[in-house]
Amino acid sequence: MSASNPATLPIHPPHKAFSPARILAIGANTLLELVRLKVFYFLLIFGLVLIGSSIFMINFSFQEQFQMLKDISLGAMSIFTWLLAVLATAMLLPKDIEDRTLYTILAKPVPRFEYLIGKLLGVLALVLISTLVMAGLFAVVLYARQEIVIAESLAQAGREATPEQVQEIVRGIKASTFTWSLVPAIIAVYLKAALCASLTLLISTFASSWIFTIVTSVAVYFIGNIQSIARDYWLAENGGTALTKVFLALVSLLFPDLQLFNLVDDIVAGNAIATGIFLKTAGLGCVYVVVYLFLAYFVFAKKEL
Amino acid sequence: MGTTKRIGIVIAVLLVFGAIRLPVERSLDEEHRKAFFRGAKLDLGLREQIGQGGFIAALSGFRSVVADLLWIQANTAWQNTEWGRMVKLFDAVTTLQPRVTMFWEMASWHMAWNASNWARDNPKQPSQARRIKAQREYFELGRLYLERGIRNNPDKYVLYDRMGLLLRDKLKDHLGASQAYAKAAEFPDAPGYEKRFAAYELSYVEGREKEAYEMLVKLYHLGEKERLPTLLARIDDLQKKLNIPEEQRIYIPPETNQ
Repeated sequence: MSASNPATLPIHPPHKAFSPARILAIGANTLLELVRLKVFYFLLIFGLVLIGSSIFMINFSFQEQFQMLKDISLGAMSIFTWLLAVLATAMLLPKDIEDRTLYTILAKPVPRFEYLIGKLLGVLALVLISTLVMAGLFAVVLYARQEIVIAESLAQAGREATPEQVQEIVRGIKASTFTWSLVPAIIAVYLKAALCASLTLLISTFASSWIFTIVTSVAVYFIGNIQSIARDYWLAENGGTALTKVFLALVSLLFPDLQLFNLVDDIVAGNAIATGIFLKTAGLGCVYVVVYLFLAYFVFAKKEL
Repeated sequence: MGTTKRIGIVIAVLLVFGAIRLPVERSLDEEHRKAFFRGAKLDLGLREQIGQGGFIAALSGFRSVVADLLWIQANTAWQNTEWGRMVKLFDAVTTLQPRVTMFWEMASWHMAWNASNWARDNPKQPSQARRIKAQREYFELGRLYLERGIRNNPDKYVLYDRMGLLLRDKLKDHLGASQAYAKAAEFPDAPGYEKRFAAYELSYVEGREKEAYEMLVKLYHLGEKERLPTLLARIDDLQKKLNIPEEQRIYIPPETNQ
């Protein structure tokens, strides 16, 4: 057997410790797997909720109709994105273990943190697509309803209405429908879902089953929504006994303040959020995602699979 | 390192992270509140009003949806003329969504217009005095909703405008109505009629005619767009009341001219 010539050996690029391409490949594969699970069917339910509520509210005044349409649509968007983020993330690791995909991937020179980032990216992409589709559906239904109400109002005003009055009617209706302040509200909905996905990933790294992951994640969601109340009591001067204070401190420090991301309720009420405040809120959301992801890696790094 | 030990470290890191983000979150919370976010008071009083399920949903970031569901119930109560139930539902809705002016406005309108009319014509109440008393109580309820609404929305003109309307049409308080319209007119996005309405209402207040006349004259000089029939009629009326000499009058009605 002749010694092989080093010049003819296939040249492999050196293995990178961190490869965005590998992460993207894992992310794209995760997204594809989730899409194959037909999760997008929930969009049909969202569409039905939108159109159904739009028809149901026909007997209300146009201000009431638009208020409720916005409330219900954004509320439904908030529920669906959160559920999607939690359920999809909770299933990631158990499903990969069950299908043995996890072993195939990790047997290759793929670091565990790349695997986790890729998996989370896949879920975040799924939630992003869903949020965008829901926002699009919402905009279409709102616009259609707005045009119907404008046509009805102008018909009621009759030909005697002056151009100024017509302009005033149209302006009044349009002011009740789509405003640009709804965009940060929708981004906040997405951020909250991303935070919950990242948190669920952390829980799933040490959870014994996906049911445990989901139940814990849902519990954390509810606690996170009242965390600010616990924090206010803890920091208040008459915050109760020492034991109560310790309990409140633990709740305040361990759980995220999800109320900070509930901007929807107030934005649909007509509040406009200043860019600075919104950016701080969004930045905090991103920090949460990174910290939870880092902690998830810390547990997952040495986990026996 | 075992998993338990790692979980212990995770908890420790979360506590440290919590301590780091605590001042950030508090300051952000403060900024949110200054911008009129998170103004709803979700306390035990509300818990009694909306039940446990609704309260949990409201706490979980679905305040607006719960408020809408209660609003739909209030609409059904209106169709059944259940005024007492409506008040309870309106209280819950406005507690959940204090920044939606439409809820305050409609709650006030239902009380001061619909419920008060029903009370005035209530066939089950033979005493006219009691019917009128009940009617006045509903006017007051309507006013209270607007007052609370204004306290929660001091940055919006619309509830001042509705207060002006209620004081003018229901409580016949022209001074109060004028003040409410004047307050509404201070907002940059308020419609142009707020200033006119403030002047009209002041023109009916005994002893304030001169001040009202000056306001009306000022509006008159803004141009043809402001010279609407009511404004001209009020100017004419005040000119007579204040005995303004003919040569100083800015407006003389056509029939007097001929």
